[in-house]
Amino acid sequence: MEQIQPTSLKNAQTTKNTTKALEDNQSFWRRLGKDLSVNREQYLIFIPVLLYYILFHYFPMYGSVIAFKDYTPSAGIWNSPWVGFKHFKSFFESYYFITLLKNTLILSITNLLVGFPAPILLALLLNELRSKRFARMVQTITYMPHFISLVVICGMLLQFTRDNGIITHLLGYFGYPQQTMLNNANTFVPIYVLSGIWQEAGWGSIIYLAALTGIDQELYEAAAIDGANRFQKMFSITIPCILPTIVIMFIMRVGKIMSLGAEKVILLYNPAIYDSADIISSYVYRRGIIGTDWSFSAAVGLFNSVVNFILVFAVNALSRKMNDTSLW
Amino acid sequence: MKIKQSMGEQIFDIVNVLIMVVLVIITLYPLLYVLFVSFSVPGEYMRYGGNLLWRPLGFSLASYQEVFRNPNIWSGYRNTLFIVVVGLTFNMVFTISGAYVLSRPQLMLRRFLSLFTLFTMYFSGGMIPTYLNVRNLGLAGSIWSLIIPVSVNTFNLIIMRTAFEGVPQSLEESAKIDGASQLTILVRIMIPLVVPTIAVLVLYYGVFHWNSWFNALIYIRKRELYPLQLILREMIIQNSAAASMNLSAADDSAMIGETIKYATIVVATAPILCLYPLLQRFFVKGVMVGAVKG
Repeated sequence: MEQIQPTSLKNAQTTKNTTKALEDNQSFWRRLGKDLSVNREQYLIFIPVLLYYILFHYFPMYGSVIAFKDYTPSAGIWNSPWVGFKHFKSFFESYYFITLLKNTLILSITNLLVGFPAPILLALLLNELRSKRFARMVQTITYMPHFISLVVICGMLLQFTRDNGIITHLLGYFGYPQQTMLNNANTFVPIYVLSGIWQEAGWGSIIYLAALTGIDQELYEAAAIDGANRFQKMFSITIPCILPTIVIMFIMRVGKIMSLGAEKVILLYNPAIYDSADIISSYVYRRGIIGTDWSFSAAVGLFNSVVNFILVFAVNALSRKMNDTSLW
Repeated sequence: MKIKQSMGEQIFDIVNVLIMVVLVIITLYPLLYVLFVSFSVPGEYMRYGGNLLWRPLGFSLASYQEVFRNPNIWSGYRNTLFIVVVGLTFNMVFTISGAYVLSRPQLMLRRFLSLFTLFTMYFSGGMIPTYLNVRNLGLAGSIWSLIIPVSVNTFNLIIMRTAFEGVPQSLEESAKIDGASQLTILVRIMIPLVVPTIAVLVLYYGVFHWNSWFNALIYIRKRELYPLQLILREMIIQNSAAASMNLSAADDSAMIGETIKYATIVVATAPILCLYPLLQRFFVKGVMVGAVKG
């Protein structure tokens, strides 16, 4: 009753508007038809793009139903038998679930906590440089590693951290044993994270530098008149002014915390350190692409996608509540 | 307005410059080291081990000769160049046409189509369904599997759309009055106005194709279709003897083997690192635009 009443009340109130709504509705389709014919050319131009998105993005979304089936290539997606949550269950009950979740989170969170502040710090320091030419030179150089391929970066890392590699050798001065570092499970996360900073901190600083140039210079002048020194200006003007940018970037990073890509892990790890280096996506790759265990690995992947999706939305809603800064 | 600096501020300036110098060294030294080793005499490098290098040990082009004698490097280069050129063409045609349409405010379906494309940034079918889809479409195993499935990057589409939105509406209207078709308006009027953004996207897509390897790893089986990065992976990561050397004398090849890896890295990376400073003035803008999403 309680539920029906407000609706019927609303209906009663809007009865007189019904005919108008119907007209609106008709005119919506009429307007759409007119829009389609007037802007025919634009829509025609868009058709290839639309087809691309359907074929290569929405087809795979439909294809992820194989997570609930026992997919065999001969039967195809449609005809493979439904099995419900069988694959999810067997994943959640397997020994891998906790290990993979733990590894993914450790790698991702370390990456976030250590990697996130690096470009901000770099941007702040670059901003404080007196010589703009020197700053530009430092920028050009620190952007460079971003353009180097992951294969090359990981190849260099593997060479440098071998038993006779240069990094191993340098660490030897601090008593580090001269052995191949990536055979040791404990070094995987630091190598992954630090090399990520080396490669991306410079590039990541661009966005903060852009935010810094947007700050109203009058604020600094006013602060200078009030007798603020550079540190005071930095903490009470610069940082608050780029805080929205920082928050947005942080949201995006937190939203991606479970969507760590497989590529770098696959390049760096080896069977000896699977126990601590294997993450969800690299496991999906091994079980699915190599092991052709399609439905099971699709289930693991779908679980991951859904968690990612929820995370992005949750984090965004949270930040909107807290300080009006959100992605959409 | 000149304000006298305090002692602390002066010290900060000096420390800041020092930090930057250290950063520059940390960034550049690994790359220089690779360059030094690649020009070193193979035997000398083996004896030298993991010590710091400040110049090549001796001077030898033996490693480079070995790299260029490797047919896989050539086929890899050829395939990668094909992927970059044809892939870029696909990328730009799709991205420009898609972004242009999404930027037209008069379209009733604009919002719906935007959401339709944007949604793919937040949810994807995942690795396995994507792979099976490409396979079911009959693309797997061909070089087109590295081009067509990555025709549009949604992030780049947004960058491009934002650029088109910045072009005054009146330009399009006056061209329409003159009887120009949409395609003419796009090609003759809109595109010339967004050249800087196009340059950014050419750089982004170009670097993406040059550096990408994972799709080739899962889609390509035939060695002669491998792009450069996959050959590189074999040579420097999997350490595959078959790929890295064609010498018969085992110990000779082992000696050269190490420096060959470094020479291969140089050969595969130099083109991009030489090209990017030329485009640098464009891409800062591109990153900024891309960050303002939605």
